[in-house]
Amino acid sequence: MRTLTPRRVAGICGLLGAVLFIVVVISLRMGAYPIAVSDIVKTLVNGALGRKDQIPSDLALVIFGLRLPRIALGILVGASLSTAGAGFQALLRNPLADPYVLGVSSGAALGSILSLILVPHVPGAIQAAAFAGAAATTAAVYFLGRRGGQLDSATLLLAGIISASFLSAIIMFLMTTLTGRDLRGMAFWLMGDLATPLPSTHLFAWFGFLFLVFFFAAGAMYTTASDLNLILTGEQEARHLGVNLNRVKLVVYVSASVLTGLAVSVSGAIGYVGLLVPHVMRMIFGTDYRLLIPTSVIGGAIAIVVADLLARTVVAPTELPVGAMTAIAGAPVFIYLIRRRVR
Amino acid sequence: MNAAIGNSALGSQAGAISQMQPARLKVEQVTYAYSATDRSAPKFTLGPASFEAGRQEIVAVLGPNASGKSTMLKLLAGLVQPLSGRIEVDGSEIGELDLRMRAQRVALVQQESELLFPLRVWEYVLQGRYPYGRRLRFESDEDSLFAGNALAQVGADALRSRWMNELSGGEKQRVILARSLAQQPSLLLLDEPTQHLDIGGKVELLRRLRKLADQNRHTVIVVTHELNLAAEFSDRIVLLHKGKCLRVGPPGEVYERDLLEEIFEAPLEVEMRRNGRPRVILRAEH
Repeated sequence: MRTLTPRRVAGICGLLGAVLFIVVVISLRMGAYPIAVSDIVKTLVNGALGRKDQIPSDLALVIFGLRLPRIALGILVGASLSTAGAGFQALLRNPLADPYVLGVSSGAALGSILSLILVPHVPGAIQAAAFAGAAATTAAVYFLGRRGGQLDSATLLLAGIISASFLSAIIMFLMTTLTGRDLRGMAFWLMGDLATPLPSTHLFAWFGFLFLVFFFAAGAMYTTASDLNLILTGEQEARHLGVNLNRVKLVVYVSASVLTGLAVSVSGAIGYVGLLVPHVMRMIFGTDYRLLIPTSVIGGAIAIVVADLLARTVVAPTELPVGAMTAIAGAPVFIYLIRRRVR
Repeated sequence: MNAAIGNSALGSQAGAISQMQPARLKVEQVTYAYSATDRSAPKFTLGPASFEAGRQEIVAVLGPNASGKSTMLKLLAGLVQPLSGRIEVDGSEIGELDLRMRAQRVALVQQESELLFPLRVWEYVLQGRYPYGRRLRFESDEDSLFAGNALAQVGADALRSRWMNELSGGEKQRVILARSLAQQPSLLLLDEPTQHLDIGGKVELLRRLRKLADQNRHTVIVVTHELNLAAEFSDRIVLLHKGKCLRVGPPGEVYERDLLEEIFEAPLEVEMRRNGRPRVILRAEH
């Protein structure tokens, strides 16, 4: 039996990083305007070296103007959601926890919509509001999911599903009554989509801000990784082995809410990534959170880039929302996991 | 069965040695009260209780159901704070130690909760090294060494790569004990450790505890309601009843027929064996 070392974590992450790179190149290649791999590599290298004058204008438009920002968005959203899912699973001691299933994504979506209505032009307001919505929903579901002072697995999931449907109804009400404003679409908020118009100016700074928030939140959660391992074997035992339960829970609660808010504010409520990816990573690499969090980050990115590639290409030239693709893959897995637990 | 635990004579020897050294665990006039809400009258009170335990000593906290045994264990583990009095381990008050320092001194062996995700025995035992870790707490070679020794001490070396949820009751108990040993504690607390074991398993566990106390110089506190097992393996008995600490002393002194009959509400007979340890039998009433 091997003991987990930082070297092993780095090795596995390097491997997954290579897979992500391949997926990104494939995703850059495919679409209504196919591009040869050699052209992609040349363009990326020239772009990285700042030699913009050597890039043909059509390639520059398709790669840097359209596909790469969308892929970067997919990486951010996938990584955020699956890290949040892994966090919620440990925090709530429930393997079926996922921001979407728990209604946390719907809370974040409602927060985002409210900020678009109330303070449409304040930068960062939508992310802050999405975080507030996510945090409030998590707290509500946590308290609704308790029975006799204890978190009950089935009650928690029911509380999540009911919160999600209640919040979705409010979203529908707002979207129907407040027509004519730039609130994006109902399908965007309820299903999730990466085909959103990105800011036309300061795109680089915008991405920089989002990734910075992501690294802070995911990094904060990673500092609790070995505490989460112990919490998964029992809270009492963890406390007795020296884990500061309140601190760990607060860190995971805030960071998982930030990550969910971050993802939902830019892509709507994409479902099941937070459930599917950590489970697949557990099956392949084991349950240790010191490995699970980084592999979920990269695995989530891979999952969304692939899902979006499929969403763009399976019924081309029409596009599906990426949330439809993740739900098609995720819902059967959710049912499988429930069945396996019941047995 | 008595012959099977024959090596408990070692216990009295260890008791003699420990009397020469300062006490490792000191419980002084400890009381505790539990009430459903802050303002309501206490539902349950414990104490005042006082006792000491030295190195290599096994102390049995004995009593019928609802006598306060589990509360006493929680107090010793530092999981709840006493209302008054002091609990010291190696000279430090338990409530004043930070969580990780406490986990380096006191290990608690409980019936484990249901695992959320499957875990290998090795990963489980390594968790016992948590209180010694730094930064992200990747385990060092030293940690692996201690975890390996702990597994060897409970005879569970071969289980290393097995899944926790595939172990038998006895195997699981040994692995849980190994995780506690990996903590290198001064004080080893066990909550009803014999509850789910058959008679062979009980004897094996108690022999192992005796050996661990002697080899590792642990102070072992066992919460139990099994009179004969406690009489056989422990150096000292703390007898609790309805939250009151009635007697503290060697089994031969604590086991009085009238007292035990009253506490356990059963017709009992106490006979003294040649090794100086009492044996309790149920008196047949015609």
